Amino acid sequence: MNGIHDMGGMHGFGRVNREENEPVFHARWEGRVMGISRACSVQKIFNIDESRHAIERMEPVEYLRSSYYERWLDRNIRLLVEKGIITREELDRRMAQLAAGTDPAPPHSDPKLTERMLRVTKDRTPYRQPGPAPRFAVGEGVLTRHDAPVGHTRLPRYARGKPGVIVRVHGTFVFPDTNAHGQGEQPHALYSVRFDGAVLWGGSAEPRAPVHIDLWERYLEPDASARSAI
Amino acid sequence: MSGTHDDHEHGHQHGHHHRAPESALSLRVRALESLLVEKKLVASEAVDRIVSAYEEDIGPHNGAKVVARAWVDPAYRQRLIADGTAAIEELGFGGVDLQVVENTPGVHNLVVCTLCSCYPHALIGLPPVWYKSFEYRSRAVREPRVVLREFGVDLPQSTEIRIWDSSAELRYLVLPERPAGTERLSEAELAKLVTRDAMIGVALVQPPAAAAR
Repeated sequence: MNGIHDMGGMHGFGRVNREENEPVFHARWEGRVMGISRACSVQKIFNIDESRHAIERMEPVEYLRSSYYERWLDRNIRLLVEKGIITREELDRRMAQLAAGTDPAPPHSDPKLTERMLRVTKDRTPYRQPGPAPRFAVGEGVLTRHDAPVGHTRLPRYARGKPGVIVRVHGTFVFPDTNAHGQGEQPHALYSVRFDGAVLWGGSAEPRAPVHIDLWERYLEPDASARSAI
Repeated sequence: MSGTHDDHEHGHQHGHHHRAPESALSLRVRALESLLVEKKLVASEAVDRIVSAYEEDIGPHNGAKVVARAWVDPAYRQRLIADGTAAIEELGFGGVDLQVVENTPGVHNLVVCTLCSCYPHALIGLPPVWYKSFEYRSRAVREPRVVLREFGVDLPQSTEIRIWDSSAELRYLVLPERPAGTERLSEAELAKLVTRDAMIGVALVQPPAAAAR
């Protein structure tokens, strides 16, 4: 989708502000949102691609107004409501109850869930899955697809319809464009594709600053003219 | 969008990076947690544990160990670049499909995620706010030299800057150059020099203060 999240190359944002000795979380609620998100993902309530797409579907002005963990909170609520696990009315009622000082939820302990949530930072990720043999090899020129899909995609807008060169064949990975929409994992080849700055930004490109993007084979067509650019 | 944000629309100033009044947000998050605890989909102790894991255990010091090992062990360095995922498992780390990109005298690497904020958090912790900022996400791909100068890194024009836009379920870690004058340092001492920012590519690893001998 042509979403507000797709920010690569946009003008108008200012200096990058770096905070010294930044805490991991700036408020307690941020950590709770992160943990709730992790609990949902390990129990497969939503997958990573649905999760990203839910953030992309935020109203764009709201997206820009929100902090990172506010967007995560919005995502969690949006998906839990869409999947019928909670309702917004239920959430409003619970807020009122908590504000009045009562929490009706009985305590719940789940050591296995804790263990699964912690294992995410240790285990291999589940996104590399068997798939068809790659069509392209290192050094081959490719041209990225030029269209405006309404759904989720990981081909950034700034790299649509651009020639690039394969610099690495990563293997076969779950395809976000289908996995975000309940259309299956459809794993297939993922490549690192190198784009010259001038191809992306024209005359205003900085010299010697190529951009590499990880792109699935279905985003790519052969393009012999780019072959020599590696 | 229906009323998700009603509670923090009040008193909203225009502009991004606005943080709503904490009490309203905090209440909403507590309500969500309470509902999910009631439905046995969340256990608060599990959230406590994952929060403290990121606050205490999982951070740049882990990635720094990987970098220091690569500096002292050329065979490990080769394995790390060939298959980062397997190489970090040798040191007991995981949770990430890792691609390591190596800085050399003529090449500097810079990592960004323009579409969201992908980051090798299992290895170097949760990302700082600037990494997730609209400023960094929009500009790092288009004007990396300007962005790097804002971080105090001024590279020669002859240096190639390779930008890696993390668009897939692979995460990027920069293997910085080992600074001169560190030949006598132990692996553990070297690891202490390696910063989070150097592993993202917005800093160079500085040699130790003169005291390091």
